[in-house]
Amino acid sequence: MKDFINKNKDNLITYGIVIIAYIVLELLMSLGLISSLMTGLLVPLCAYIILAVSLNITVGILGELSLGHAGFMCVGAFTSAFFSKCTVNVITVEWIRFTIAILIGFLCAGVIGFLIGMPVLRLKGDYLAIVTLAFGEIIKNVMNVLYIGRDSKGFHFSTKDAVALGLEESGEIIVNGAQGITGTPKSSNFTVGVVLILITLFIVLNLIKSRDGRAVMAIRDNVIAAESVGINITKYKLLAFSISAALAGVAGVLYSHNLSSLMATPKNFGYNMSIMILVFVVLGGIGNIRGSIISAVILTLLPELLRGLSNLRMLIYAIVLIAMMLFSWSPKAKDFRDKTVATLLFWKKDNTVKGGSDNGSN
Amino acid sequence: MSFISYLINGISLGSVYAIIALGYTMVYGIAKMLNFAHGDIIMVGCYTVFTIVSTLSLPTWLGIIVSIVLCTILGITIEAVAYRPLRQATSSLAVLITAIGVSYLLQNVALLIFGANTKSFTSVVNIKALKLGADGGLTVTGETLVTIAACLIIMVVLTTFVNKTKAGQAMLAVSEDKGAAQLMGINVNATISLTFAIGSALAAVAGMLLCSAYPALTPYTGSMPGIKAFVAAVFGGIGSIPGAFIGGIILGIIEILSKAYISSQLSDAIVFLVLIIVLVVKPTGILGRKIQEKV
Repeated sequence: MKDFINKNKDNLITYGIVIIAYIVLELLMSLGLISSLMTGLLVPLCAYIILAVSLNITVGILGELSLGHAGFMCVGAFTSAFFSKCTVNVITVEWIRFTIAILIGFLCAGVIGFLIGMPVLRLKGDYLAIVTLAFGEIIKNVMNVLYIGRDSKGFHFSTKDAVALGLEESGEIIVNGAQGITGTPKSSNFTVGVVLILITLFIVLNLIKSRDGRAVMAIRDNVIAAESVGINITKYKLLAFSISAALAGVAGVLYSHNLSSLMATPKNFGYNMSIMILVFVVLGGIGNIRGSIISAVILTLLPELLRGLSNLRMLIYAIVLIAMMLFSWSPKAKDFRDKTVATLLFWKKDNTVKGGSDNGSN
Repeated sequence: MSFISYLINGISLGSVYAIIALGYTMVYGIAKMLNFAHGDIIMVGCYTVFTIVSTLSLPTWLGIIVSIVLCTILGITIEAVAYRPLRQATSSLAVLITAIGVSYLLQNVALLIFGANTKSFTSVVNIKALKLGADGGLTVTGETLVTIAACLIIMVVLTTFVNKTKAGQAMLAVSEDKGAAQLMGINVNATISLTFAIGSALAAVAGMLLCSAYPALTPYTGSMPGIKAFVAAVFGGIGSIPGAFIGGIILGIIEILSKAYISSQLSDAIVFLVLIIVLVVKPTGILGRKIQEKV
């Protein structure tokens, strides 16, 4: 037992932070100390945390830049909402239906990630970034022209408009093009969100520690060296990319079951969203799972806390973002920080000057 | 006849993409970074012209000049303040996120000054439309003519500049190897600033032409054309000036034709799909060079 704790100390701290934060928030909510605005933000926040952690697999562990993460979230959101809406009268037990919906979102996003990953993971760096961005946009655009209806004869598909479905009078439109899916059962709540965060963390943290995870990291550090020791590059790249996509799908499920009407707009599934998730990951520290969680929380809450400043809030957000990046990544700022630390801890000067310089590198 | 007019519209839109992509590709080639704020400089350029011409009722030529100068200064400032300190950073993602931050900053400053309402941009082009064909069925607007002409001129001037002048050669040298260029006595900082200046000036020109053809101006006007232009640059092989030109034109034609014949909602998806197919078949883009990785 002691051995287990020592080995997994770092991971246990991460789980602990999430659980303690959950308990504290639940307590505060039962005491009525949290505004309804903030309460409404909790489920999206959980979804963002899952997104940030899952993107960290691609960016941090695999070392590839992906700008289409919101696309996978979109796949998960739509497939699961479609399922829930179709079966809302068939499977009446909510938790069973929602569990199946989560699995469907996970699998569909994972399969799409696998299919996309196969051709595009041959590309590298910024080329891969732009292709993933393109895929994200394609998924969003396709969702906007997709019409699916159901009547006694089964499902009808169209990419034109709702009339082209040719439904019977008793039929209902399930996916209504740009209007998306309305009337998804509201199955998400904060507790489910936290449970899903913990499951995501469990998957990701174990992946990092496993043989597969080490193979993925070896590819990140040096492709040629990894290949020469017999690591199957394509297999492990696809593995990491698909898991990352599948977990984004789970975040999509959580997100879609919190909304009564789900639409694929540039704001929620466009490249802006993908970029926002990337900002969480980079600001939290690339490859650092706990950092992703913390930065997702801070950056989601920051605009809300600044709401009093209304128009200025996004401006401040932008300035904070630039300042934080400059301060944490610029070599000069790093030197300055190291010197400050060295002066503060002048009695340990010799050690700190040497040891402090690896701060923040991945 | 309608096909030819769609084609001309496509070339016109493609020319705008090409001008933006030229700026993108030069900046990428030299600074090795995705300048996400490039699209927003387009928007700043448009608002400058709008303020001078529509709000202050000053002559159009003044608006054009002030806009280009302002965008050039803006480009140099952004590079010096936000990107230069991160040039030696260990992660290339750091500067990417900073660029995103700059993009948000520009959008929100514009939002504060001009508000979220769509402004109607007055065309900067004052040339009569050209009627071609026996029954006058083919109309080419003045904007289209000017856009295509501007693109060709910029393309020729830029190629000459890069290949024939000392500053242009310095740019090539810096994009090839910063350290070696510095040892040869090239001022790397000044060269990078110059690249940003040219890129931003081109963005201002592209913005005016874009808004003259599609006159709706909002703080987010620049972001989608910016992304599309980057796609065009990648399409043609990033870092290559003729590549950006060809990529831009092809992208514009595909976009307009798919809007006309397939679906206006799916046109973006089709553009991106073509990009993916090109990159999967030829990972360095149409005119890109393959760099062999050494062990």
